Amino acid sequence: MAENLIKPENLVYDKTKVLTDRVLHYCPGCGHSTTHRMLAEAIDELGIQGETIGIAPVGCSVLAYYYFDVDMTEAAHGRAPAVATGIKRVLPDKYVFTYQGDGDLAAIGTAETIHACNRGENFLIVFINNGIYGMTGGQMAPTTLENMKSTTSPRGRDVKTMGSPLKISELVASLPGTYYVARHSVHTPANARKTKRAFKKALEYQKEKKGTCLIEVVSNCPSNWKMTPIESNKWMEENMFPFYSLGDIKAPK
Amino acid sequence: MIMNEEIIIAGFGGQGVLSMGQILCYGGVMQNKEVSWFPSYGPEMRGGTANCTAIISDEKISSPILNTYDTAIVLNQPSMNKFEDGIRPGGLLIYEINGITRKPKRDDINICQIAAYDESVKMKNTKIFNMIVIGGFLKVKPILEVENVIKGLEKVLPERYHHLIPLNKEAIQRGIGIISYERKLN
Amino acid sequence: MKELRLMKGNEALAEAAIRAGADAYFGYPITPQSEIIEYLMAQNTEERTGMAVLQAESEIAAINMVYGAAGCGKKAITSSSSPGISLKQEGLSYIAGAELPCVVVNITRGGPGLGTIQPSQSDYFQAVKGGGHGDYKLIVLAPATVQETVDYVKLAFDLAFKYRNPVMILSDGIIGQMMEKVELFEQIPRSDKEYDWATLGKKPGKDHVIITSLQLQPEEQEKVNLRLQEKYREVEKNEVRYEAYNTEDAEYMFVAYGSCGRITQKAMEMAREKGYKAGLIRPQTLYPFPVEIINKVAGQVKRILTVEMNTGQMVEDVRLAVGGKIPVDYYGRFGGMIPSPDEILNAFEQKGG
Repeated sequence: MAENLIKPENLVYDKTKVLTDRVLHYCPGCGHSTTHRMLAEAIDELGIQGETIGIAPVGCSVLAYYYFDVDMTEAAHGRAPAVATGIKRVLPDKYVFTYQGDGDLAAIGTAETIHACNRGENFLIVFINNGIYGMTGGQMAPTTLENMKSTTSPRGRDVKTMGSPLKISELVASLPGTYYVARHSVHTPANARKTKRAFKKALEYQKEKKGTCLIEVVSNCPSNWKMTPIESNKWMEENMFPFYSLGDIKAPK
Repeated sequence: MIMNEEIIIAGFGGQGVLSMGQILCYGGVMQNKEVSWFPSYGPEMRGGTANCTAIISDEKISSPILNTYDTAIVLNQPSMNKFEDGIRPGGLLIYEINGITRKPKRDDINICQIAAYDESVKMKNTKIFNMIVIGGFLKVKPILEVENVIKGLEKVLPERYHHLIPLNKEAIQRGIGIISYERKLN
Repeated sequence: MKELRLMKGNEALAEAAIRAGADAYFGYPITPQSEIIEYLMAQNTEERTGMAVLQAESEIAAINMVYGAAGCGKKAITSSSSPGISLKQEGLSYIAGAELPCVVVNITRGGPGLGTIQPSQSDYFQAVKGGGHGDYKLIVLAPATVQETVDYVKLAFDLAFKYRNPVMILSDGIIGQMMEKVELFEQIPRSDKEYDWATLGKKPGKDHVIITSLQLQPEEQEKVNLRLQEKYREVEKNEVRYEAYNTEDAEYMFVAYGSCGRITQKAMEMAREKGYKAGLIRPQTLYPFPVEIINKVAGQVKRILTVEMNTGQMVEDVRLAVGGKIPVDYYGRFGGMIPSPDEILNAFEQKGG
């Protein structure tokens, strides 16, 4: 029997207890896994695991409820902010987050997103923007870049007939109900740490009932972009970031 | 004898048609009667004609909606046109003189007229027009005590208007005084 | 001391929701039921009982807010009218699939499409056969009076929590808009009960709670379907409610529900006056449907006439219950038209008494 090399004296990093032991189903190199971990660590570090309720969307992260070891509800496509509103209105002192992709949040669920933000609902919206419908196999998303190819824009997104990529974070930042809106990524350790800090800030603001916080994570989709993880991160830096620039969009002074 | 009075009240929106029915029904509640009130609703409410069915009965009421009536109280010509035929033979039609351009044609019903609008002008408050009509109705069909109708009014009126109750009482009395038969069946 | 009031059906329903100890109402305005949210807002429920009341951005958002609140084990209610209820079907399917309790009120109007705003019963199939996608049932209560509306709000919450299933109060514009004398029940305090299936925050040493209607494996989904079916059989066994008039000597039977049941009652009384031995069964639960009593009277009466404010929906369930023993006819008005007692009597006589 092999000797267990993991000893307390050489342990430098551990899996947070806010993630379950279930194996993630996400594709290798996908930003969902890292984002899950950053959010779970933020919840762990704030010591609010028993006070947190999460809402999973429809999309690649539909099974997020298996991974976060907090009470979770699975919402219908696009309806997570409405479900979160229902929870928050009956349990105003709990921490509530939604975890949604671009199709869920910015296409079929746009109304729920805008109105939850406009009411200043006190919860955190985590928004994964990879510019594509991942779960259904690479169709065009509301955030798909101009000229970017997808299975439903095979010659590239033609903005004349398909509309322009939607900057939903900037849109909700203009509403008085939002308190903190920021855009980050998780493709490098430094960026992942920034994202975690943003999550922690947002959850702290939630405790103070400051209003809606939305953290967008610009992410990759190696499988549907048809790239290796490394290529996809490079493509993201070169193409996504110039359009979806990272940093605070609306932050308290 | 078992009392069961089925009434249609109809006129222009703003004449207090719907509240007349409510006040009568609340009066019925005060007198331990069974009651139901059903309004016309929807686009026809908005500026057009309004009507409500009020039923006051000693017994449990089955259908709240009727197409024939014991009494029709009509406050304008369209309502006369619409509801005159629905009055049961031997029933009662009360109409407001100023609202009518064509006299009723039925000869198998009791017909009363009331100049409630003129009277409300004399009382310097046209808003109590509908209470004058109620008074007239109660004179011809004394199914409820006036006192109970006033109690009903107290329930319908928001408290900030309760100082107007004596005026409304007076309106009922005026109505009792001015209603007259145009035709009375033997 | 009994508290008697003259109240509009919609307002009485709203008051009953407050008194039933509801924790939350989420809704969107639509005629003929907007008085419900207006009444709740006017009552300042937040102060009165702590009940949350929110005007949602859409019917869809409203039912999903209900889903969220119901998942916390709270008493949540929404209301709408036919076109709005169609929009809520997806949410209802999720709530039924996730086995959560809630109350949904449909103050129906004529259809299809935007239809009319006048009363109708054309949502019968939608209410009792499922409505949304997937194999599920709502428990459906059909009040005929303002008093029943009030009583059924309390009953609906009781049944919703007993079976962890959405309950629909299927009413219509007549009952919603009419005023009647009602006796209100005493305020039931809002409950602070913590259900072990509810998302309230993970308890130390316990597994996290997951509310979902998603099953990746068909074997698992089939098990869920079987469990739901078992539940529905229990509901069918325990929860059938109806009122029967003159069943003892009846040779002819009317079957009608809700407001139409009352109008038909009048027609039945008129038929009696004319010498017909007529009776009436008024289902108060549409699911579960009163199959047994209808089957029983089918062995005694010559004919059955169902009267509905639609083009003939419940008649199918009556025929199933009768099992071909005797003829079952239908008479109805629709599109917002209301049949009069005379018309019903006339139809009854034309169909051979």
